[in-house]
Amino acid sequence: MTLQLDPKVPPGTIEDKWEDHKFSVKLVNPANKRKFKVIIVGTGLAGASAAATMGELGYDVEAFTFHDSPRRAHSIAAQGGINAAKNYRNDGDSVYRLFYDTVKGGDYRSRESNVYRLAEVSLNIIDQATAQGVPFAREYGGLLDNRSFGGAQVSRTFYARGQTGQQLLLGAYQALMRQVDVGKVKLHTRSEMLDLVVKDGRAVGIVVRNLVTGEISRHSAHAVVLATGGYSNVFYLSTNAMASNVTAIWRAHRKGAAFANPCFTQIHPTCIPASDEFQSKLTLMSESLRNDGRIWVPKNADETRKANEIPEDDRDYFLERMYPAFGNLVPRDVASRAAKRMVDSGKGVGPLKNGVYLDFKHAIEREGQDAIEERYSNLFEMYERITDENPYKVPMRIYPAPHYTMGGLWVDYNLMTTVPGLYAIGEANFSDHGANRLGASALMQGLADGYFVLPSTIGDYLGQFLNQPVVDTDDPAFEESAEQVTANINRFLDSGGTRSVDWFHKELGKIMLEHCGMARNAVGLEKALAEIPALHEEYRNDVKVLGGGDNLNQSLEKAQRVDDFFELAQVMCIDALNREESCGGHFREEHQSAEGEAMRDDENFANVSAWEWTGDPSSPALNVEPLDFENVKLSTRSYK
Amino acid sequence: MNLTLQVWRQAGPDAEGGFKTYQLDGVSEEMSFLEMLDLLNERLIKQNEEPVQFDHDCREGICGSCGVMINGQAHGPQLGTATCQLHMRKFEDGATICVEPWRAAGFPLVRDLVVDRTAFDEIVASGGYITIDTGSAPDANLIPVPKVVSDTAFDAAACIGCGACVAACPNSAANLFTAAKINHLNLLPQGQSERWTRVERMVDTMEGFFGSCTNHGECEKACPKQISIDFIAMMNSDYVKSKFKNRRLASQS
Repeated sequence: MTLQLDPKVPPGTIEDKWEDHKFSVKLVNPANKRKFKVIIVGTGLAGASAAATMGELGYDVEAFTFHDSPRRAHSIAAQGGINAAKNYRNDGDSVYRLFYDTVKGGDYRSRESNVYRLAEVSLNIIDQATAQGVPFAREYGGLLDNRSFGGAQVSRTFYARGQTGQQLLLGAYQALMRQVDVGKVKLHTRSEMLDLVVKDGRAVGIVVRNLVTGEISRHSAHAVVLATGGYSNVFYLSTNAMASNVTAIWRAHRKGAAFANPCFTQIHPTCIPASDEFQSKLTLMSESLRNDGRIWVPKNADETRKANEIPEDDRDYFLERMYPAFGNLVPRDVASRAAKRMVDSGKGVGPLKNGVYLDFKHAIEREGQDAIEERYSNLFEMYERITDENPYKVPMRIYPAPHYTMGGLWVDYNLMTTVPGLYAIGEANFSDHGANRLGASALMQGLADGYFVLPSTIGDYLGQFLNQPVVDTDDPAFEESAEQVTANINRFLDSGGTRSVDWFHKELGKIMLEHCGMARNAVGLEKALAEIPALHEEYRNDVKVLGGGDNLNQSLEKAQRVDDFFELAQVMCIDALNREESCGGHFREEHQSAEGEAMRDDENFANVSAWEWTGDPSSPALNVEPLDFENVKLSTRSYK
Repeated sequence: MNLTLQVWRQAGPDAEGGFKTYQLDGVSEEMSFLEMLDLLNERLIKQNEEPVQFDHDCREGICGSCGVMINGQAHGPQLGTATCQLHMRKFEDGATICVEPWRAAGFPLVRDLVVDRTAFDEIVASGGYITIDTGSAPDANLIPVPKVVSDTAFDAAACIGCGACVAACPNSAANLFTAAKINHLNLLPQGQSERWTRVERMVDTMEGFFGSCTNHGECEKACPKQISIDFIAMMNSDYVKSKFKNRRLASQS
């Protein structure tokens, strides 16, 4: 343990910490803000909202995205909604309750102070988004509507049909483009960050490849912010977009940023099951469907009748049976594991027996097809396009799939990583969701970080560099980084191997899903840790990347991303092996109760594991941040 | 399924392009159109031919990255469906399928099936927003928005910025995209302060890149979100009004 993990949690009661902290941090005078240059990588909800807000404040911002437009970031695909403790429904919600639900939902593995701030700021996010013109669902009286989501017993989720992510991202993207128009933000599209530049222990810039021309360029700044999302694509098949990757945060990790809780990955219960071996990704069906859909499997594993012909007596509504209090709305990790147990016991449905039913028959009988259409029509249409089955008539088939990664770069209360001057926001950091994220909380966290937290905390660091120029891009630190990036690219172009990048990615994904997926055990993890480095070695010697480096070459882009996934995969397995307990999305088969429920070990593992790069992905150094629970009492999560 | 594919290959913006014919067997009906292209690319890599470059990302029909002309139709034959959501069961075994990039002067070609849609970002930057600095918003429920207004604004806001409307238009006009962006904001109470400057600036920016609308209606048919061309009429109406509204304001200042 060599890092000083100072979470910098402010003193005071949980309710006062954020207000007091905002007062105590150093501010930058409005006229001086333009003297500070900040690089923001990624333009999803976190990155776009941060870039827009920092531009409005007057900072000199450069934003980078590997997409052709900021609006394509994968935040766009979020369907269900965004939580906020508005209590518009008068159902007993409060900031404290949202805080409490989130800490509990995360299975007591998050930092209380950060979560409370998230709940506090949630109120402002809804105000901000509404003012930007985000068309949230409304009641006939013209005021905002809400719905309920897994892990909560109040209705606090704001939504925009089944495309809440797109509408919120459009709001942030439009605010960003306004700053681009007035010249406060310089936008670089189709530009991928391939290295972080560190000088004298501080983050001073990045090295970037232009994906169209292949040009390698260097960019210097007073601070660097990574908003580059999560790493579920390490599993190959996930709900992430095809290009989502770990490269930016991984390369920052290799430059000194600790990687926290890499094994905390979320498997989302409601995705469309894979249909064949050519499947390139899995499609999520919003968790909101669990409000009205009932999940079941046939009681008999040898059932051959069609879904609609199976009488009620022969159906097992297993979530309602096992968790009567929350029923179909138990948190994601609980729902996923229950579905896996059903499929593993041979009761799976569909041609490959790899799913469970999500049935809307009762909701349609109760409320009419119109009401269901109003809520979910676009999801139902998407389901039908993909499966050729009509979910108004036959139950949907769903199965869990890798979806979100709670782990990420370790950050303190200010969202700064262990490298001074390097910040991580949104899914790229580890901060707020503990071992399991509740539905509709990812959008909330991305926007909280970008609109409200980072812009308030970054000045505290920047202030010390007033009137100091940024590091020259001819500096040896930049030189070395750029050379490394170029060498890395050439290595793939010259490899002369025989198998495609995708072939290796699929193989890696199979190992990870099998041994580091919904359920893990020591034997499997050890096996994965033997297989991954061997496959990685093979990859480096035998991958085939055609074409050159000076034009658009999607295989070359992917080759580097997959290379980083190989290293990350090892640290994920090491983390999963080290964490001898079951909590949230991390389920170690050795640690379960007689009924198969997760068993935490608060004595030894009420902490964050932050892994430090040592030059060898098979032996990272462990650093531990203990977690104190002063407000939410540690207890066994029960949704019964 | 066995298919004959005619795919547009072009090494770069200035290189000469042309169709190349590929035979592809082993295609499953369960595949999406892009998974079929993945399969083609895997085969090409085996034969040491560079894979076909195409834009794609979410594969859920929402990011707007993908989009190709399939047998001359933007996003192919299925109504209201982006290329990534189109499945091979919509094609016959033995079919010949022609795959081309979006063709429009406003979308310069990058490589193979990839085009540059930066012009859309420029249109948005020229007014496709509501000016509200972070932190200055009033409570969200302060301004009720009639549900019908909110729903109509949403119908416009559903645009995913894929560019199919431009590709389908005989004039390469971007009126449906621009109208969707404008009306999303112009219909809402929050968008009224900038209504007239917004429409004027955005339409003027659009005309710098794209052709003019002559009401063919191809855009509406190609749109994967089935956005109605009624929005173009509403944009035109606002644009005409802006010439009075904006000029009157100018004379007052």
